[in-house]
Amino acid sequence: MDTVINALPFLMDGLKVTLYIFVIAIILGFIIGLIVALFRLAPIKILNWIAKIFVDAIRGTPFIVQLFFIYFGLNSLGFFSMDNTTAGIVTVAINAGAYFSEIIRAGIQSIDKGQTEAARSLGLNATQNMRYIILPQAFRRMLPTITNQAIISLKDTSLLSVIGIADLTQEGRIQASQTFEAFTIYLTLGVIYFIIIYLLSMLASFVERKFVLR
Amino acid sequence: MTMIRVENLKKSFGPIEVLKDISTVIEEKEVVCVIGPSGSGKSTFLRCMNRLEDITGGHVYIEGTDITDPKVDINKVRQDVGMVFQQFNLFPHKSVLENITLAPMKLKKSDKKGITEKAYALLDKVGLREKANAYPGELSGGQKQRVAIARALAMDPKIMLFDEPTSALDPEMVGDVLDVMKQLAIEGMTMVIVTHEMGFAREVGDRVMFIDGGFIVEENIPAELFGNPQHDRTKAFLSKVL
Repeated sequence: MDTVINALPFLMDGLKVTLYIFVIAIILGFIIGLIVALFRLAPIKILNWIAKIFVDAIRGTPFIVQLFFIYFGLNSLGFFSMDNTTAGIVTVAINAGAYFSEIIRAGIQSIDKGQTEAARSLGLNATQNMRYIILPQAFRRMLPTITNQAIISLKDTSLLSVIGIADLTQEGRIQASQTFEAFTIYLTLGVIYFIIIYLLSMLASFVERKFVLR
Repeated sequence: MTMIRVENLKKSFGPIEVLKDISTVIEEKEVVCVIGPSGSGKSTFLRCMNRLEDITGGHVYIEGTDITDPKVDINKVRQDVGMVFQQFNLFPHKSVLENITLAPMKLKKSDKKGITEKAYALLDKVGLREKANAYPGELSGGQKQRVAIARALAMDPKIMLFDEPTSALDPEMVGDVLDVMKQLAIEGMTMVIVTHEMGFAREVGDRVMFIDGGFIVEENIPAELFGNPQHDRTKAFLSKVL
């Protein structure tokens, strides 16, 4: 128990970093996902291709390779220098963005064609149709899948410890090696992740209940 | 005044030519009922009137504006052409009132209060004022279709297009919807109605148009078309549906 109590302040510092990275990355990822989804559905071939290549590239490569590519690879070109936190946020955002885009695309396509026809027949243009009619309905449908991807991304942030970001996992590793109480520390680490993810799911189902049922 | 002029309209879906050569003129306040077997192209014809279908050939003029011209602001034209669908297509995430006010709020410059008042007046007209705050999922088919009519009317259209408005309704709901449409016709709305309700077409239509195989086979005043059809195909069709 003492081990846990002594380690907890360090783990909480790590948790703050994890949550900070997660929140920024997930918001950016969502914006990326929305843009890529709209590219994918746009009536312009070149945009479709850009979106498809992006999604395939991200889906077809491991997260850790993407992280190394962005942090070590891009930095090695010498055009700019990105610190590890920025690289971590960018990687999680891009990775989540690719998966979000597929979720959003499927959500948009799941809305009945008649909705667009009704909206357009009233004189709404394509953008107004998307904004007021299609996306609000699509988001309600997507929420469970979006939550799922957000949880995966939260867990992915633990991989950022390998580029030295002092996130929850990294702090746990440090504590484990300093105390030689690996069992206790990693169990605590797992419990903390579990609680955070559990809270996230509860938040999501609250939002769902509030908006989806109608 | 001519509201709709259709000249040699052609429409293909890939290799399939659905509308082969359609020309007609629809005058202000005229009520035209379009009948024909399923697959004849009558719904496609209607959907070309507001360019929900891309037009393959020919011209469609709405109040003199050629909507086949790619430079035309089709959104502007559509504000004057209301449409009612077989499947209602109400916005399920919006209340009845919001369904009606959404487009005017976004597209018309007039004040918010005026639009809401107008929406209530339209709900009175279709007999659904007490449903203003209900959601489409809580309404029966007939109620949904009447809301859909109110929604289209909220844009003050000069023309109303109806695409089989009663085909998805339970029989006991059909009358309420037809009554609303009849009232609109009496008030002088220009209407094009694709329908299987022959009794309604005969009673309310100024003209009935029989479409088959991508052509207008025959068009006439209802008494003549139903009482004295000239073409064999019209006769064959009417013998099946009457």
